[in-house]
Amino acid sequence: MITLTIDKTTIQVAKGTSVLDAAKQAGVDIPTLCRHEDLTPLGTCGMCMVDIDGFKDLQRACITEAVEGMQVQTNTPQLRKLRRGLLELVLATHPDDCLQCIKHGSCELQKLADRFEIRTLRYDKYTRGLPLDRTAAGIVRDMNKCIGCGRCVSVCHEVQSVKAIDFMGRGSDTIISPGYGVSMGSSVCVNCGQCIVYCPTGALYEKEMIDEVWEALDDPKKVVVAQVAPAVRVALGEEFGMAPGSLVIGKIYSALRSLGIDYIFDTNFSADLTILEEGTELLERLSSGGTLPLITSCSPGWIKFGETYYPELLDHVSTCKSPQQMLGTIIKTYFAKTHTIDPENIVSLSIMPCTAKKFEAARPEMNDSGYQDVDYVLTTRELARMIRQAGLQFKSIQEENPDPVLSQYTGAATIFGASGGVMEAAIRSAYELKTQKTLGSLDFTDLRGIEGIKKASVDIEGTEVRVAVSNGLSNARKLLNIVAEAKERGEMPFHFIEIMACRGGCIGGGGQPLENTLAKRAQRIEGLYAEDKNLPIRKSHENAEVLGLYKEFLQKPGSEISHHLLHTHYTAR
Amino acid sequence: MNQTDLFLRFKNLSPNIDDYLNENGYSGLRTALTLTSAQIIEKIEKARLLGRGGAGFPTAIKWKASTGKTPSYIVCNADEGEPGTFKDRFIMTHSPHMMIEGMVIAAYAVKATKGYIYIRGEYPEIASNLENSLLEAEQRGYLGKNITKDFSFSIEIIKGGGSYVVGDETALLNSLMGNRGIPWNKPPFPAEKGLWEQPTYINNVETLACVSLILQYGSDWFRSIGTPESPGPKLYCISGKVQSPGVYEAPMGSTVRDLISLAGGVIGTLKAIQIGGTAGPIYPSEALDFHLDFKSMSSKGGILGSGAIVVMNTDTSMAEVLEVEMRFFAEESCGKCFPCRYGTRQLSFMANNIVLGKGKRDFLELMEETADIMKGSSFCPFGKSVEMPVKSVLNNFSGELHALIRQNDYIREVQI
Ligand SMILES: Cc1cc2nc3c(=O)[nH]c(=O)nc-3n(C[C@H](O)[C@H](O)[C@H](O)COP(=O)(O)O)c2cc1C
Ligand code: SF4
Repeated sequence: MITLTIDKTTIQVAKGTSVLDAAKQAGVDIPTLCRHEDLTPLGTCGMCMVDIDGFKDLQRACITEAVEGMQVQTNTPQLRKLRRGLLELVLATHPDDCLQCIKHGSCELQKLADRFEIRTLRYDKYTRGLPLDRTAAGIVRDMNKCIGCGRCVSVCHEVQSVKAIDFMGRGSDTIISPGYGVSMGSSVCVNCGQCIVYCPTGALYEKEMIDEVWEALDDPKKVVVAQVAPAVRVALGEEFGMAPGSLVIGKIYSALRSLGIDYIFDTNFSADLTILEEGTELLERLSSGGTLPLITSCSPGWIKFGETYYPELLDHVSTCKSPQQMLGTIIKTYFAKTHTIDPENIVSLSIMPCTAKKFEAARPEMNDSGYQDVDYVLTTRELARMIRQAGLQFKSIQEENPDPVLSQYTGAATIFGASGGVMEAAIRSAYELKTQKTLGSLDFTDLRGIEGIKKASVDIEGTEVRVAVSNGLSNARKLLNIVAEAKERGEMPFHFIEIMACRGGCIGGGGQPLENTLAKRAQRIEGLYAEDKNLPIRKSHENAEVLGLYKEFLQKPGSEISHHLLHTHYTAR
Repeated sequence: MNQTDLFLRFKNLSPNIDDYLNENGYSGLRTALTLTSAQIIEKIEKARLLGRGGAGFPTAIKWKASTGKTPSYIVCNADEGEPGTFKDRFIMTHSPHMMIEGMVIAAYAVKATKGYIYIRGEYPEIASNLENSLLEAEQRGYLGKNITKDFSFSIEIIKGGGSYVVGDETALLNSLMGNRGIPWNKPPFPAEKGLWEQPTYINNVETLACVSLILQYGSDWFRSIGTPESPGPKLYCISGKVQSPGVYEAPMGSTVRDLISLAGGVIGTLKAIQIGGTAGPIYPSEALDFHLDFKSMSSKGGILGSGAIVVMNTDTSMAEVLEVEMRFFAEESCGKCFPCRYGTRQLSFMANNIVLGKGKRDFLELMEETADIMKGSSFCPFGKSVEMPVKSVLNNFSGELHALIRQNDYIREVQI
């Protein structure tokens, strides 16, 4: 431990703690525009300068390590003047349309400007007049509002290793953009939206579809059908002041009904369906010497990443569509038929924690129902906006049930929202289906949590099945490199791999409530495992509605009709 | 040895290795190869060699960080981006082997295996002549494989690209590795983790040339030139309103007056002198008596920097000087950090408006405040250094700037 003094408080902190974090522990919030607790410190903004005894110059608190006996001043007249001056400099480059901005009220720049009482600007006001880039399916970039802190570049490179965006130009012309002047839509961006998560201002945000959804709801000819992803139920509450991890699925059903949605289903239903399809695919590949390891395909950010960076491994990726797309297809086929609704009139809407789901729904091949399988994808944040627009008091709203037949779910489905959950769900079913025995414990705790790469092995009737799970695409890259290298040597380190694009899994998706920190992600994960524990059925193959769907419509997992409707293919990019 | 001719003697010789050998060239390396690393570094330390790249950092201290970890690298900083600075060009043009010899000695001392000369992109001809010099050195066995039984060292030339900031050592290393040319936060210092995370020793062209001189003629000899704290010969670049602008050699600690007279004196009446490069303060004529060495200059609140001296006479408008300076900073800022990225732009905007007759009275105060912000919070020395030229002009020539702003206010008023 290290003892140091921050202003008048003497505290002890662990070795390696930055002065900024030490100050936080001493109850002092040093302002910053570029430091984020989840990312490596960047040192770009200069807002966190502090005065440390023995140093000639002021130091950046974010990149200065606390050392024994340090005396730090964080609130001197010089520092106050400097911070206000820096804010004025930044604001001089920043558009003044705060009232129309998607981040109004949550923008970090706005908060600091308020905190430091910037009432006038003495500098020349200039803006960049750059066009809005709406070319990506899930992400809008407004570089006029970019302050160039570099968090998005940092997350895109270090955490995701996608490297879609980078700093270009120099001096005050410095700008962040996709390489070689291409648009975001034609860049290697996978739409994971992690850049949105860490953007302090309104420069990056989800491509909203709220207007289109209101329009569909207002159209009497249209039957609007909604599905809700697992991760949404433990996060939406945050938008209404509830703790991260609070389970609010009953309130969501009720809110959707109040908004005028005609049929409310649950993506958890199709998560169970996915397990039956994917589990069957795994058992088949295991028994028939098919391509292994099998890699999960639920995370559309990962799919585009794989298509871009690992085309040679695409035949490892499960052909199963993601739960969103499975349910979308079933809604416009089975549901339409049984309810005698013309699929033409169905508007299929999904509520997702994810911006890449917008990209996935728009993929041209996602039309096995004969129509675009999913019409609109709303992120958790967008749903919150609709609920507020409708004036619903979410916190006090009565819980309701979804509509039957495509909404029942098991504990195995709900944990899809957490990294390791798909794997755990798959093992629960694969084991029991293969061995016809009942599992003693359903909890595969080695696979849980926010750690980047997790491994386990399961004994299924004498065969050791080795599995691995990764979250955050840089970890996927590490894992896939291991697989690719082993493959060259003719080895197979794993049989089954789960990959989720975002840290922590879907609960940390680019469409989740902000702030979306790793700490909050951990709480959401707890929420999902708590629900799993409390559900009466915790194995996908025991989901009665899913079994009913097979009986009435799909015949059996991996059947021809299943293959036609529930499976897909990938293309190298 | 003529003590004011150590570099200049090569002016009338060819850059070929034979001419260099005739001038006692590579005898320093031959001596070095009979010594241990520690003995060489001791010689450099005894000579009190201070880096000529601008910061005046003791070369021996940098080299002492060597732990013998391999691979490790020597980088010669030949980026020379400072306006009004062309001394490294002089060395590379007339006595390239003096620099190469210094690099090989440095490599031997710190046990480096590979060297890079990072040369300013605007010097393509020099770069191609250097290739030739490297070849010559290799043919004579002073470079390449097996310089001794267990010492090999090769040098690669890298042509620079990018802003002035790329001259900063960490930005340069980033650029050399193919990254964006922006500085990184020290620690880690390059000698701990530089190129590809390996120990890297970076020195200026002139510093390395001095290393050759020290090994050729000895530490005591080197110490006998210049001042006790800043010994050795120095190349100064004199430009602006003097009769014969150019590179001049004089011992460290010579006065500004000495150098201006070497350059044939001021054209017209002296008004201001900028010392140390664009980042140096702009002084009124009192500066004639300043001694040009690291210690004296910092005691005057200034810098010796690269040894550039820009002379201005009474024809010069200080508002225009400020404008050119600020434009330079705005164009060359790498853009990494907020204070410099935005501050340089606002400073340039204000200075430009003053020149255009659109200056406002509070500009001067705001410029000073902006310079303070930049000094206080810029990430690297580039942004911090803006303060010196801005404040010196505002302090030393405030009357002229105020008068200009007031005069334009007056013109606007009477025109309405
Ligand atoms: C903005 C900036 C520009 C610099 N430009 C140069 C340059 O052009 N040449 C140079 O040798 N050093 C330059 N330096 C200094 C280098 O960072 C470094 O201190 C020097 O190369 C070390 O060599 P020395 O110890 O031999 O002086 C610059 C520093 C800064 C901050
Ligand atoms: S002060 Fe900042 S923007 Fe300026 S050159 Fe240094 S790092 Fe780049």
